Amino acid sequence: MNHALILPVLLPMFAGSLLLLGARLGMPATRRLSLLSVGLQVAVSAWLLVQAGDGQVQVYALGDWRPPFGIVLMFDRLSALMLFITALLALFSLLYATRGDDTRGSNFHALFQFQLMGINGAFLTGDLFNLFVFFEILLIASYSLLLHGGGPERAKAGLHYVVLNLVGSSFFLIALGVLFGIAGTLNMADLAVKVSEASADQAPLLGAAGMLLLVVFGLKAAFLPLYFWLPRTYASATAPVAALFAIMTKVGIYSILRVYTLIYGAEAGSLANMALDWLWPLALLTLAVGVIGALAATSLQELIAYLVIVSVGTLLAGIAIGTPEALSASLYYLIHTTWATGALFLLADLIARQRGVKGGLLLQGPALLQPHVLGALFFIGAIAVVGLPPLSGFLGKVLLLHALQPGPQAVLLWPVILIGSLGSLIAFSRAGSTLFWRTGLTVLGSAERDGKGLLACVGLLLLSPLLVAFAHPVLEYLEATAAQLHDLDLYRQILTPGGAA
Amino acid sequence: MEALFAIALGVLTASGVYLLLRARTFPVVMGLTLISYAVNLFLFAMGRLQTGAAAVIGKSAEHVDPVPQALVLTAIVIGFAMTAFVVVLSLRSLGELKNDHVDGREPRP
Repeated sequence: MNHALILPVLLPMFAGSLLLLGARLGMPATRRLSLLSVGLQVAVSAWLLVQAGDGQVQVYALGDWRPPFGIVLMFDRLSALMLFITALLALFSLLYATRGDDTRGSNFHALFQFQLMGINGAFLTGDLFNLFVFFEILLIASYSLLLHGGGPERAKAGLHYVVLNLVGSSFFLIALGVLFGIAGTLNMADLAVKVSEASADQAPLLGAAGMLLLVVFGLKAAFLPLYFWLPRTYASATAPVAALFAIMTKVGIYSILRVYTLIYGAEAGSLANMALDWLWPLALLTLAVGVIGALAATSLQELIAYLVIVSVGTLLAGIAIGTPEALSASLYYLIHTTWATGALFLLADLIARQRGVKGGLLLQGPALLQPHVLGALFFIGAIAVVGLPPLSGFLGKVLLLHALQPGPQAVLLWPVILIGSLGSLIAFSRAGSTLFWRTGLTVLGSAERDGKGLLACVGLLLLSPLLVAFAHPVLEYLEATAAQLHDLDLYRQILTPGGAA
Repeated sequence: MEALFAIALGVLTASGVYLLLRARTFPVVMGLTLISYAVNLFLFAMGRLQTGAAAVIGKSAEHVDPVPQALVLTAIVIGFAMTAFVVVLSLRSLGELKNDHVDGREPRP
């Protein structure tokens, strides 16, 4: 048993607890501890990423209770990838926060660590009930982080977010209850076996539980009928928090991918691939609605929040197509969009703080203190997110469009994605010309240069060209990931004694 | 017993949903609490309803599945924490927004 598997959960847990105990440590020590913890997480997740390369599904049985009886962590290429994306995003968000946002409320760093603990745990767990528990951990940390900084806007957005997610948690528990009542297990691999062997009178109930789970994950991932909380929430959060939240919708996407390839996947008998028929139209509609929202956005933060929804639609479309090629293209796009939107949220805050009371509102405002640096970064970020060459968004979209065989699916997806990209481009051009060109002549006296914040933002943006430069090894890894996800025997092996590493 | 239990859950959930849709923070919190009661009872019943059966093998003629009890305990603890949080948040939003509507402003008549 590989004990390194539990480190991504334990590290932030201990760091967070220490930070709570040392609440009087003083900011410099708090920041160092927090950065040290996230730095270690980057190192551990990079090492785990290398380990996952051997193609095995590893299991960490807590208390050495063998699956399906005990609680397990399940580790494969997809988990390793998600852990790595999270750790890097967290590192840059935290760097940005340490320049001052962390002093706008209490316990920012402890909450940040607990949020990471929840996210990492959700990516690692091999048990549906533990997925619920880790969801709650990441949610309760995110509630507090969202409210960090205070103000009526955040209280209003926070109330919607909290109430919606509490209702979502109730749905999650109902689904888990039904699954446990029928199958008698909540271990994902064991559930996969039980669902594939379900009798005719059990299958409808298991299907209903599966659809309830889709609603829950849909609320997290924010696709069409369930996304209304997202724009206001993300737009009102503090910049480093909004940047970290870029991974939160991906937790929903990850859960959809995990549950509907493993439990309700190709071998689930009468329930095989039951979510895909629903995901396909929802994905296209989400994409379209996201672009319309982006065109109508009144502030830069809101615009970026709607682009998160566009990216969710694109990702879901890739998942709904269901072929390994489309899946690996989707995963590539997932890496790109998480980092790029994170960087844009940071950049939006840098711009907003040089505009005084106008903030991120897309109205004529004062001249910026650093129009050239910020303008160049905005240009690069917009190109990356919209999907123009030569950055990673372009490559992700091309791969996704290329993964489709000519046919009815392609007829629908091509125009939606291409017109959607055009819409995003128009939204960004309008926002950019307002922010950088339709300005007054004087610079605000309160505007400040922020070297550290700029560094964090540039670091996160630089990952996009790196993703293109190293596209070959990245894609090789992702293709292996997609193949592994569809190789269900690999996951079932963990149920046999000695069957898993 | 099953029918009575199911009706009780239905009434709890229906009341919870009604209160949730009142769109004022206090009824919403009450509604969420009722729904979480219903969900916890539902989870508890997934080990099947039995009376006089211990969760330990050999202590009584029949035994019940202990796992739903463990699950429901976890769910209750988490539910408490969430309820506490949402109460504090409601008070905070009442203070910040000067009214108790979930949208932060009175709806137009």
